[in-house]
Amino acid sequence: MKKKNTSVKPLNFTSGWEYAPAPESADHIHLEKQYELFIDGKFVKPGKGKYFDTINPATEKKIASVAEADEQDVAKAVSAARKAYDKVWGRMPAPERAKYIFRIARMIQERSREFAVIETMDGGKPIRESRDIDIPLAANHFFYYAGWADKLNYAFPNQQPAPLGVAGQIIPWNFPLLMAAWKIAPALATGNTVVLKPAETTPLTALKLAELIRDSGLPDGVVNIVTGAGRTGAAIVGHPGIDKIAFTGSTDVGKLIQKSIAGTDKKLTLELGGKAAHIIFEDAPINQAVEGIVNGIFFNQGHVCCAGSRLFVQESVADMVIQKLKDRMETLIVGDPMDKNTDIGAINSKEQLQTILKYIEIGKNEGGEIYQSSCALPGKGYFCKPTLFLNSSQSHRIVQEEIFGPVLTIQTFRTIEEVIEKANNIPYGLSAGVWTDKGSKIFNLTSRLRAGVIWANTYNKFDPASPFGGYKESGFGREGGLHGLMPYLKF
Amino acid sequence: MTRLEVLKTYKIYIGGQFPRTESGRYYTLTGKDSTPLANVCLSSRKDFRNAVVAARAAFAGWSSRPGFNRGQILYRIAEMLEGRKEQFVAELILQGAAPKAALEEVMTATDRLVYYAGWCDKYQALFSSVNPVASSHFNFSVPEATGVVAIIAPESNSLLGLVTALAPVIAGGNTCVALASTSMPLCAVTFAEVVHASDVPAGVVNILTGTSKELHSHFASHMDVNALICYGTDKTEITRMKELASLNVKRIFVHTKEDQGPYHILQAQEIKTTWHPIEQIGPGKAGY
Amino acid sequence: MAQLQIPDFRKSTIVDQVGIEERVSRFNTRSIKKESKVKGLKLVLSMIDLTTLEGKDTEGKVKQMCYKAAHPHDALSGLPTVAAVCVYPTMVGTAKQALAGTGVKVASVSTAFPSGQSTRQVKLLDTKFAVEHGADEIDMVISRGEFLKGNYAFVFDEIAAIKEACGTARLKVIFETGELSTLDNVRRASELAMHAGADFIKTSTGKISPAATMPVTLVMLEAIRDFYYATGKMVGMKPAGGISTAKSGLQYLVMLHETLGADWLTNKWFRFGASSLANDVLMQLVKEKTGVYQSKEYFSAD
Repeated sequence: MKKKNTSVKPLNFTSGWEYAPAPESADHIHLEKQYELFIDGKFVKPGKGKYFDTINPATEKKIASVAEADEQDVAKAVSAARKAYDKVWGRMPAPERAKYIFRIARMIQERSREFAVIETMDGGKPIRESRDIDIPLAANHFFYYAGWADKLNYAFPNQQPAPLGVAGQIIPWNFPLLMAAWKIAPALATGNTVVLKPAETTPLTALKLAELIRDSGLPDGVVNIVTGAGRTGAAIVGHPGIDKIAFTGSTDVGKLIQKSIAGTDKKLTLELGGKAAHIIFEDAPINQAVEGIVNGIFFNQGHVCCAGSRLFVQESVADMVIQKLKDRMETLIVGDPMDKNTDIGAINSKEQLQTILKYIEIGKNEGGEIYQSSCALPGKGYFCKPTLFLNSSQSHRIVQEEIFGPVLTIQTFRTIEEVIEKANNIPYGLSAGVWTDKGSKIFNLTSRLRAGVIWANTYNKFDPASPFGGYKESGFGREGGLHGLMPYLKF
Repeated sequence: MTRLEVLKTYKIYIGGQFPRTESGRYYTLTGKDSTPLANVCLSSRKDFRNAVVAARAAFAGWSSRPGFNRGQILYRIAEMLEGRKEQFVAELILQGAAPKAALEEVMTATDRLVYYAGWCDKYQALFSSVNPVASSHFNFSVPEATGVVAIIAPESNSLLGLVTALAPVIAGGNTCVALASTSMPLCAVTFAEVVHASDVPAGVVNILTGTSKELHSHFASHMDVNALICYGTDKTEITRMKELASLNVKRIFVHTKEDQGPYHILQAQEIKTTWHPIEQIGPGKAGY
Repeated sequence: MAQLQIPDFRKSTIVDQVGIEERVSRFNTRSIKKESKVKGLKLVLSMIDLTTLEGKDTEGKVKQMCYKAAHPHDALSGLPTVAAVCVYPTMVGTAKQALAGTGVKVASVSTAFPSGQSTRQVKLLDTKFAVEHGADEIDMVISRGEFLKGNYAFVFDEIAAIKEACGTARLKVIFETGELSTLDNVRRASELAMHAGADFIKTSTGKISPAATMPVTLVMLEAIRDFYYATGKMVGMKPAGGISTAKSGLQYLVMLHETLGADWLTNKWFRFGASSLANDVLMQLVKEKTGVYQSKEYFSAD
């Protein structure tokens, strides 16, 4: 059954049974018109009184005004964090520290639906994902690291692990609350205090987290959340009172940060871009592999640094895999992120949509054969059809550069050597995927692919216990698991 | 008639060979009373480039060797070093060390190689983990060699500093290009001969002589170097190197102490996490 | 040479169980509301093979069930009939008579149902008896022992022989997936049965637990899809046993819809083997119409 009978008419997914709209209710959500900076346990107005809008990318409507922190505001946050570190948090018995973090985890669980709805409104991701993935994982991350707080001496025997001090943390817009959790939880568990900046297009769940943290009774200044764009981030990176920078974002900005702190003793972890190879062998569980491809590239509109954006299919099954992929794409529902049935929501911002569309143009000009699903896009908001480029070449820009959208390039291969070489032939090294039923082949591949996370016969799985981070230009340091403690400790 | 002593030509070590610097340049090393000891290669950035090519070529083979095998080879280096103890002691004395301190340094360096030989097949267990994820997946993390590592060895001593910097790097499966102490390069070149005689594959260890002042920016900027380990103390050079390291998100480590330990291996390791589904295991069933 | 190519069933497509379960849980996040729910529920109702397969079955019970099949709930207008009733061969005549003119099909289990532990000869006689008494559809069981032994040729020949005995009756092949142990075996049995001539593949007899599950059904639907692309032939699917709620029925329908598409969304190509599912669907339909949650006491239990 390997060969496709070309005379057979493709399956029909476009007519039949349509799902009625099933919008998640936003009635129980409480949002302010204006959000301030969270410094030293209080919401305070920015010194210069400047605010920016955060909008819903699915409707293009403004949701709230958000304070823009400048250098002075950041300095206030850093000194609050320093004071909290010196006076309270750094001295607190570890079991007590743990209990605060456990409490935050529980409070996120209690308010998870509220967080999910806001995450979807602010960032455009489907409610199914924010409800089932982002928010539960964020709570789990706090729960996981809470338990480490009083066990660090067992994690690093004979090393006398000690906190670094004040951590400056800058996070992206693709998983706003989850990235905040990935940053804050290990920093607190290891006894550091935090100044965190969420992305300017998605600040709301971090600010709701600030409310929650205030309500949790966490001592003032242990976590400070300052909003703003690149300038605010630069102020954090450049502040002399910061002991450690943790950044998740683009490789370009990561390099700038690495360069700008060169003259200091600040510690650094970077979780940067990716362009993961996703490799399908002919002996794979093909139907599940197709599902893996879909999860690999269309999860969160492809706004995933570890997205499986370069598909390599073994020649003998390429036609079949592509047919199955096209069929599956027809069943993906693109549209209102608040609808419980939506699979692909809104592109996070107008700028990002333009970037993606630019790459699609580049791909066409490079001679790639484009395929898009037949779905209709909503008239308002920033949306992009799930897109394939067939017959891509290693030298195409759409194969080399991170697009950060629902765009998959497809190449075929014949031999293992060939595919390993092509998979590694990229400056990135964040993740990779391999599908084959043969165990020894999996281990050959997983050991030779130069990437920090390898998914074998699965893709895009995340867990607080599982270390995550890249090789090469995808950054350094790990987040998650025991290894995720190291970047926040000195020995 | 007294016999004329045969003097040693101190050359650099690239890809398992001992060329002179392609630049043809040298500097003269002098002893205590300013007597010339040797003409030492003043390596150029092209020598460095050639060494990186050799190190990159050797990486796949060296990193995939069993830890046990790497351990045997490191132990072999120690054996060879022990056997040529007198020569190293003599060179150290020439470079100004007191005889007792010279002997001490050679013995410590030898013991340090033995120490890391023993680590070659053990740090993996120390830094690995099986991660109890909440889904039906088996998940584990293991350290893997970072790649090609550039090393700027301590200036303040000749042999021990180089061994301290280099041994954990190659113990962990990396290949390296090391710049020897400018003022005390003799032992480094002789150490290259020891390495050469110890079944270390060509290209795994490359040793250059010259100056950090000239080479540090190339060590830091080279796009095919994955990590940089330096023991320099020049603040300007360190800042410059950290800046340039950002070109390819190079991992950079600056040391002040010449100590030993498994965390020195870890710095030139990447942690790789692998996921695989587990049939029949999941919520309500069995689990890891 | 135009020769029939029988694949090597030892090399059937690999199935990853965890991946299948993840896909199923994704189907189950679909939220079916309002008009799509009503349409879906009616579709589910129309796909039911109303079933009684008990030693204590009587002609009277079968007649009552047949009436229910043709008149699921007369208090609510615009309802379809169920697809078929499913009975033992000895009851086929009674059912056929009771359903005359209703459009509801009569399906009969055969081949020494449910264990299949008999000779080829007996199984053929069993099948022919049901067909001669008017069965429109035959639900056979495979010899699981031979299958698990790896004797695929035996099972293949068995299905082919029964298919021949069916004449124009459509053949549903029951794997009893609860005895096949792995999803790989389910996939293998599916490929084997379709190549041997099955018109439908069916999960279970209803006599063994677990009976139909969504993961097992998904494996079979994927096999049907792959067989369709390879040969152009459509094959039907019948999960049977254990599906008793309207919600579950809709979840199966979502899975069908997103795996095989619109052409399979009809009782010609999909059936539920179930007895209590119909009433739960009816309760939900009445609830959708009235807005009031329903009680079982208001729905006839035939």
